[in-house]
Amino acid sequence: MHVTSPAFKENAARALANPGLQKALGTAKGAFLARRAAAVAALPEFERLREIGRDIKNHTLANLDFYLEAYEAKVKAAGGQVHWCSTADDARATVLAICRRAGARTVTKGKSMISEELGINQHLEAHGIRPVETDLGEYILQLRQEAPSHIIAPAFHLNREDWEADFRRLHTDLPADRVFAERRDIMTEARGKLRGSFLAADVGITGANFLIAETGSSVIVTNEGNGDLTQTLPRVHIALASIEKVVPTLEDATSLLRLLARSATGQDFSVYTTFSTGARREADLDGPEEYHVVLIDNGRSNMIGTDFQEMLRCIRCAACMNHCPVYGVVGGHAYGWVYPGPMGSVLTPSLVGIEKTALLPNASTFCGRCESVCPMKIPLPKMMRHWREREFERHLTPAGIRGNLGAWAFLARRPGLYRLATRAAIGALGLLGRGKGAFRSLPLAGGWTGGRDLPVPEPGGTFMARHAKTRRQRHA
Amino acid sequence: MSKDAILGAIRRGLKRGPLPADQAAMLQGRLATHPRHLIPARSRLPRPQQVALFVRNVEKEFGTVERVPDLAAVPAAVADYLAAQNLPSRFVMAPHAELAGIPWKDRPLLEFEARRAEGSDQVSLQHGYAGIAETGTLMFPSEAGRPVTLNLLPETEIVVLRASRIRGAYEEAWDLLRAESQDTRSGGFMPRNVMLVTGPSRSADIEQTLELGAHGPRRLHVVLVDDDPAALPMADADVAPPVSVPGGPAAPGD
Repeated sequence: MHVTSPAFKENAARALANPGLQKALGTAKGAFLARRAAAVAALPEFERLREIGRDIKNHTLANLDFYLEAYEAKVKAAGGQVHWCSTADDARATVLAICRRAGARTVTKGKSMISEELGINQHLEAHGIRPVETDLGEYILQLRQEAPSHIIAPAFHLNREDWEADFRRLHTDLPADRVFAERRDIMTEARGKLRGSFLAADVGITGANFLIAETGSSVIVTNEGNGDLTQTLPRVHIALASIEKVVPTLEDATSLLRLLARSATGQDFSVYTTFSTGARREADLDGPEEYHVVLIDNGRSNMIGTDFQEMLRCIRCAACMNHCPVYGVVGGHAYGWVYPGPMGSVLTPSLVGIEKTALLPNASTFCGRCESVCPMKIPLPKMMRHWREREFERHLTPAGIRGNLGAWAFLARRPGLYRLATRAAIGALGLLGRGKGAFRSLPLAGGWTGGRDLPVPEPGGTFMARHAKTRRQRHA
Repeated sequence: MSKDAILGAIRRGLKRGPLPADQAAMLQGRLATHPRHLIPARSRLPRPQQVALFVRNVEKEFGTVERVPDLAAVPAAVADYLAAQNLPSRFVMAPHAELAGIPWKDRPLLEFEARRAEGSDQVSLQHGYAGIAETGTLMFPSEAGRPVTLNLLPETEIVVLRASRIRGAYEEAWDLLRAESQDTRSGGFMPRNVMLVTGPSRSADIEQTLELGAHGPRRLHVVLVDDDPAALPMADADVAPPVSVPGGPAAPGD
């Protein structure tokens, strides 16, 4: 996927000026938050489960080589194949080769973010194979030729009117005067359209929420049932999974599943949680005859042993972006690559390089909501700060900001001078602003005051001075 | 090639070579013993309340439940349900011995074929392997007698589940499968497919608002067969105090 993260500022400005997007973000925002809060409140053990989840993933990552090999052995025993792929190129070539061997013309797809990361659809199309997205949100995005703007709700940026308009424009075989009175009518039309594809597909491609070393299973979690139809009906099933999806046992996966749906959609459990293990057994009446797992690294192994290893605990629930004030106003597309919001601001620089993505870890006020809701307790703000440090070290920061940061660092290391300078600054601002409540603009701070007013400092001195005074009074 | 590169990069990051034999043995032991973590207290209840929790949770997730006294009462329950929903009295049935043993002749108007489901089937009758009270979840391990397509293709899925097969937590259902299932291909216990199903199919992809009936069944109806005397609903006066209070502390590793 083309990276537009260098244009984050322009993307964000466009997003803020887009009334349709702002309406969609406004509609969607409250729903996930209230449902998550209710689900968490109904499970008193939730906090302890977060700690358990974190520990399971840490244990797995510390022994990742062992668990991946154990997993592979179990997949083979169940009649499946594991294809190890270092890069996106390897993975695309592997998927294409499997589809070609199967003589595939149509491939159905369950929702998968790693598929977006690899650009599987574009690669198959370029080689004459038709991929059909079957998740409702992914389906309309494929019609619109757009990327998802959210990792669990791909069409987060669309309104009901958009769905209706696109269905009327593109489903030209249906009567033009049909009525879309309710959301359900939109869904029923998509269900009818996709039934044929499910039954006709030669290969089904899904992602995986977890891989289980104990049994050699891949797990998908969905509400619609499209992922299950995708992996059950065609002759060949391909599961795409990155290396950090593996967990040791069913008990480990079960503990993580208790966190996943609650953190994501606020459900206690998703409708379909399905464990696939190998190819169709001799007596089975349905299920794929071939089962392939494409196991993808694509930059993740380089994160192990670095400041960013903890990011590999992520289970892609999207709680961080649902609770992020920045994501909430700019939406997912502004981030410019596959993974938006706080988790994307940490992961994207790791996978595509900080050179193109330095603005992302800066698109945060460090308010900390993302970390406070993360079921895996990933310290997202801390890791965004690590990226800002890397950006500074590599001289990627623009000269002006670099100069200001240098000046601030010079003062911050000299407390006496710092107090003197802040006293002078707020004294001057107090004088300048006497009589008005706030500054609408300030010299050298146009970037800051462009979006907000700076209150005029109240009389009484700096915070440090006031703090010292209060303490003196208290001890007097 | 890629495999060596990936494992090599992981080991470089972890600043070690392949795990020494003793540590690998320890991890093999963890896989073999698959220790449990904390199990929420909510499902740790006496049998009658546990089954009641299962029913409540299925209904909370927009499924429906009818309790019947024995397998002989199933044909009437199925016929009445289909009539009430205005559905045809024809369905695809899982070719499972337990379902085949039901006295279907009592309701001669019911027509069924025991096979996998096809795109044209409107109603399926599936065999429930286990129920999980914690979230009102049904467990369907695949086998010749329990095809996966019955859970997916028809618009209406009816599940026959015996109350004695209801467990509190997922972990207990996994242990049931471990104890009873033998997969000839892998030598382990996992069949090709295990579906955990919680309510009928739905999507919130349009404006994050939930709508039922996306690609899977729009209706999920459980016919719960009360074959477990210890799990029958109690009269109000007989209700025993719960062993563990929902919301209270859970016993770790249980």
